[in-house]
Amino acid sequence: MRRRPWAAGLVVFLGLVLSGGGYATATNIVQAEAGSPIQVEEGRKLFLANCASCHGTNGEGAIGGPSLIGVGAASVDFQVGTGRMPGQGSGPQLRAKPVQFTQEQISAMAAYVASLAPGPAIPDEEYLRGDGDATHGGELFRINCAMCHNAVGAGGALTEGKFAPALAGSTPKHTYEAMVTGPQNMPVFNDANLTPEDKKDIITYLKYIEDNDSVAGFELGSIGPVAEGLFTWIFGLGFIIAITVWLGAKSN
Amino acid sequence: MTSTTDTSTTEAKPGFVGGAANYLDERLSVSAVLKGFGRKVFPDHWSFMLGEVALYSFVILVLSGTFLTFFYQPSMAEVHYDGSYAPLKGAQMSIAYASSLDISFDIRGGLIMRQVHHWAALLFVAAAGLHMLRVFFTGAFRKPRELNWVVGFLLFLMGMGAGFTGYSLPDDLLSGNGLRIIDGMIKGIPVIGTAFSSGFFGGEFPGTEVVARLYSLHIMILPALIIVLIGVHLMMVIIHKHTHYSGPGRTDDNVVGYPLMPVYVAKAGGFFFLVFGVVAAIAATFTINPIWNYGPYDPSPVSAGTQPDWYIGWLDGALRLAPSGWDISIFDYVIPMGVMVPLIVSLLFLALVAAYPFIENWVTKDKREHHVLDRPRNAPTRTAIGAAGVTFYAVLWAGASTDLIATNFQMSLNQVLVAMQIMLLIGPGIAYFVTKRACIALQNKDREVVLHGRETGRVVRLPHGEYIEVHETVDKYELWKLIDYKDYQPVLARPDSNGKISLSNRLRSAVSKIYFEDRIAPVSKAEYELAHADHAPEAVEQKPSRKRKSIDA
Repeated sequence: MRRRPWAAGLVVFLGLVLSGGGYATATNIVQAEAGSPIQVEEGRKLFLANCASCHGTNGEGAIGGPSLIGVGAASVDFQVGTGRMPGQGSGPQLRAKPVQFTQEQISAMAAYVASLAPGPAIPDEEYLRGDGDATHGGELFRINCAMCHNAVGAGGALTEGKFAPALAGSTPKHTYEAMVTGPQNMPVFNDANLTPEDKKDIITYLKYIEDNDSVAGFELGSIGPVAEGLFTWIFGLGFIIAITVWLGAKSN
Repeated sequence: MTSTTDTSTTEAKPGFVGGAANYLDERLSVSAVLKGFGRKVFPDHWSFMLGEVALYSFVILVLSGTFLTFFYQPSMAEVHYDGSYAPLKGAQMSIAYASSLDISFDIRGGLIMRQVHHWAALLFVAAAGLHMLRVFFTGAFRKPRELNWVVGFLLFLMGMGAGFTGYSLPDDLLSGNGLRIIDGMIKGIPVIGTAFSSGFFGGEFPGTEVVARLYSLHIMILPALIIVLIGVHLMMVIIHKHTHYSGPGRTDDNVVGYPLMPVYVAKAGGFFFLVFGVVAAIAATFTINPIWNYGPYDPSPVSAGTQPDWYIGWLDGALRLAPSGWDISIFDYVIPMGVMVPLIVSLLFLALVAAYPFIENWVTKDKREHHVLDRPRNAPTRTAIGAAGVTFYAVLWAGASTDLIATNFQMSLNQVLVAMQIMLLIGPGIAYFVTKRACIALQNKDREVVLHGRETGRVVRLPHGEYIEVHETVDKYELWKLIDYKDYQPVLARPDSNGKISLSNRLRSAVSKIYFEDRIAPVSKAEYELAHADHAPEAVEQKPSRKRKSIDA
């Protein structure tokens, strides 16, 4: 059967339009709700005073830090909201530390950075309530997150001094933002990879294990058999040796 | 109450206990057994109870394990979980995992029994290991107990095997990862590996068979072997009688202590309940192996911080510390040295542990029986070898937790790994040297104490004006401890009847030199009498005689 020569071209064109358009709608690269001009201006002032020395006066990046064009409000809210930014000291990885700004100031800076270029937005409250499917979230967590963060989010080692931090104490908002922005050594889990519903389920799972204490007693840091083995040798066997010394002592 | 004396001569009617005892005695001659067995003498020392702890842990394991078998189902068929643990509701999993979760959440007393079982397992192998160290460092493995050392060694291996098979039964993510590593190691063995793996797993990993097979091993074959070996082990203790530490009246021909009946039966019985109590208290307060956290096994995810239980840790460490890039390619066939090196090194280490009594005997050629234990310092080379072995094992063991050391102490994982590799190579040597020098120094100190007595710090002025420090002589018990040990000398390689010195003779002479050339001889009677003779201070001032490179004539 003969085909018209343009048919193949049409199929390719439709394929590209559908996949590209689908990708664009599925990913989270959408314009953040624009902050008011006053908020953006306030954010720009804070940015110039606190961030520009490393990230450039227009957020274009400089020797000390990467470009912030297109990182989105979520990235600023996560990095500054967990105290990782402004960065302090040098090392394989920036650590969370006491937060340096009020939430109002953080939101202003986020609005400014979001005004530079579209990027991941601060997530809606509906994904953060922790009322999703914990079973599904747990499964996704084990497949996507546990190899670095450990099955219950106790954290783990990466190469050359880098590490995946423990997740206990992280707010649902920051957890969500970390997934969409991939801070430091973490990969980005965009909405094509994990849909907002999936992220909501993961947050639900993490919230469940954080809110519910172990039914089986003290958890020894949830780091698995190493803690259990050390406990056996030091406290279990240590206590039993104390008993043997007592039993072996002369009765007088 | 009437005692169990001969009933034919008693006028009073025996009570129920007496009657029952008599009934049994007339039919089973229990009293003859008790008379012999009950009067077995055991010496009193805390370090002699470590093996007992292992035995009691095993009893606890059998009791709690029996409970678990009532509810555990070793099947890999898939179900949807419908138990109480919310974050797994509806998840697809094997029946083995679902039944383990049911034991933890839905069966009354199930969780504490699981935790008792698992803590007791960790304690079982730990106590057995510590018991082995006690036997090693006191020289309790010497003739006639070499074979019992081997039996104990096999028990330790069986304990590791039973532990690992049990760890794998819940079919959770952690145990599945562990099993995957074992599968990888088996497949890494050249020629037979792949066939062996598919034989064991019944096809490609993980298959649908392995949990049921591990279950048979875990509840039947390994426990049966352990029970038989424990029987042999204890039988040999009865045949050889127990060893004792040196002291007045304690020789290689006797054993000084208390009889089994009634002292040790009461002590040991009470001790069992103390051990059980400790295990139960730990199980009631501390989580162990929270399988619900790990989720059902699925070959794709691996959790950070995946480690085996402690007794398999040294093998995991060996895998982690093996350098990469040593693989050998023969035509298209690759021999994965990242697997083979750890496998060969750990097997060699185990072989050395098992063979040590025979190696030492080959060096000393000592045919005497030894029932008086050595103080570790009085066998400096053996103690140093033991310290080197412990260091080697400990570095491999710590190697299994490189990731946790890196995160918890904020170090680089790569540097921790390299540091461990260096430690593995030089650590045993350092431990050997330091231990040997420390032992010899302690022996020198013991000689001083025997010859001079202890310094009291009391300085007295004699009537003619001389000042002396009063030395307190040690009492008889202490003295025995300090002087009662064997003095070995290096053997010289001698020509045999053909006038040739065989290679093994040369080797033996060289090893013997390493063992004994810088030994410190125990204080002899003559030396002691000379030092304690009145008005002979010049003899006291002598340095301890140090026999170097002497040869047995």
